[in-house]
Amino acid sequence: MKNKDKIESIKNLAKKLRKNILDMSLYAGSSSAHFGGALSSVEIVSTLFNGIMELDKNVESESRDRFILSKGHGCLVYYAVLAELGYISYDELKTFEKNDSDLLGHPVINRKKGIEFSNGSLGMGLSLGIGVAKALKIKNLKNKVFVLMGDGECNEGSVWESAMSAVHLSIDNITLIIDNNNFQQTGSNSEIMNLGDIKKKWESFGWYTEKCNGHDVEDLISKFENFKKVSKPKVLICETIKGKGFKFSENNNKWHHSVLSKSQYEEALKELNL
Amino acid sequence: MLDKSFFNSKNINIWSAVGPRASYGLAMYEMAKTRDDLMIITADVSTSAGLDRYRRDFPEKYLDVGIAEQNMIGIAAGIASENFKVYTTTFAPFQTARCLEQIKVNLGYMKHKVCMTGLASGLVLGTLGYTHCSIEDIGMIRSIPNISIVSPADSFETIKTLNAFIDHDQSLYIRLTGGSPNPKVYESDYEFKIGKGIVLNKGEDIAIISCGSSVNIATEVVKDLKNINKINAKLINMHTIKPIDAEVLNEINDTTKLIVTIEEHNIIGGLGSAVCEALSDLNKKNKHIMIGHPDSYGKGGEYKFLLNKYGFSKENIIGKILKNL
Repeated sequence: MKNKDKIESIKNLAKKLRKNILDMSLYAGSSSAHFGGALSSVEIVSTLFNGIMELDKNVESESRDRFILSKGHGCLVYYAVLAELGYISYDELKTFEKNDSDLLGHPVINRKKGIEFSNGSLGMGLSLGIGVAKALKIKNLKNKVFVLMGDGECNEGSVWESAMSAVHLSIDNITLIIDNNNFQQTGSNSEIMNLGDIKKKWESFGWYTEKCNGHDVEDLISKFENFKKVSKPKVLICETIKGKGFKFSENNNKWHHSVLSKSQYEEALKELNL
Repeated sequence: MLDKSFFNSKNINIWSAVGPRASYGLAMYEMAKTRDDLMIITADVSTSAGLDRYRRDFPEKYLDVGIAEQNMIGIAAGIASENFKVYTTTFAPFQTARCLEQIKVNLGYMKHKVCMTGLASGLVLGTLGYTHCSIEDIGMIRSIPNISIVSPADSFETIKTLNAFIDHDQSLYIRLTGGSPNPKVYESDYEFKIGKGIVLNKGEDIAIISCGSSVNIATEVVKDLKNINKINAKLINMHTIKPIDAEVLNEINDTTKLIVTIEEHNIIGGLGSAVCEALSDLNKKNKHIMIGHPDSYGKGGEYKFLLNKYGFSKENIIGKILKNL
């Protein structure tokens, strides 16, 4: 596929993901959905799952790249892409957060449905990813591990335990993506726990670090392509907008976890212009 | 799997002399000779776990994550998810409490299979204070689904447990108690199965159920009860605390006057609690007393001093039994 076509394809996928996120948020009804943090990750996930990661319909296959959604509350975007890839049916999306559902408010490991790991408790995904990456190296597999983390999640001390170890253990087949939307549950990062210069922090731990616009597909592709040449643990800090895509939710932290009304849904659909 | 010839009397004597921690290192070294899918992860404790020789000779099967136990469990789960046989170890408080949520999510909830070994559990490190003692580990781990718990009676049983993990169907926490030398409960090879308690002595008057280093004390109690007090005690080595062996408990006669549990653990949440729950399920009406560490943090001290202080001496246990008969 030509580069231009690839970019269009990713942008189209991103639109579909936003539509699926809207649908699931509506199905969730009064149980609420983590709306904002899913929307900030849409272009990141669309790019990863459409050209960057090696996928296999069989999620038990050895020769696939592994994906860990460390920011488990962002599961709407994960389920959205798994539906577009055919792991989950659109009908199943209606079961989001329903009784006995396979699609809860944080991912629950279910390889048949493409969900590789359970997540939800923050700060654990990178350690897990390092373990998987180490195992792939022992098995001489060339596949890579991608971990998507939130910026607020970097408050967790366990993140920095794993950050230190990835470099020490020479884990060069791992890529960490930080969705840097500048908000956490009850306020902005600077208000709740100031992360300071997040790029410098990761650099000082020895990671190859880049920043990009997390909604600019071209920028994302170019950074991921560049990463292929780097034999170190890599982190891409993606500047994003929480609630991206809809006027009412962009940079509005009320949408961290909220109920989507039918009228808001209709308004959002218009904006999406599918 | 370890070859049966490894379980010879010479080795059993060595393991007893060096204690459970050094035995851990010896067993894992032997296992690493034949397994390419083995991985040991420690948190800066290779010497304490008897793993220095292993670390030198099998660097590709060894990871040290530094003093970072939460990361240790995460990495262990990641490697286990790719079908390796993963063993982790550090001192018991740091192997359990420090990374409890990582254990819950990665091993309990996600069911990635890892064998964790808590070194020097109980009171053996009493001179270092209660940061380094572990009277809470069984209680904490027992409440997490999909994890078995074994507290081996001696160094040999420690090795049998490490070996049994290879074919076990879920994660395992091995709680090492006692010091070195570690008195032998078993002199020769025997049948060991996770989840199956072992009757060490037959008797109908009372039943003593124990685990870990307390089993050795219990054998002395049983001898004295028979020789001095003419009381015949059944003794069960309940090495597996979870899943508890209800069958062996159900075999205790209804006429048995007293059931006694002995464990180097908080009186709350450990073997005594597990037995109590099982007896209740079985509708057994026998009187049950629990001997364990009181639910408090006292001053520290030498191992033997603490065992005496908290009622684990033979004399104290026999006194309690006689008082309750």
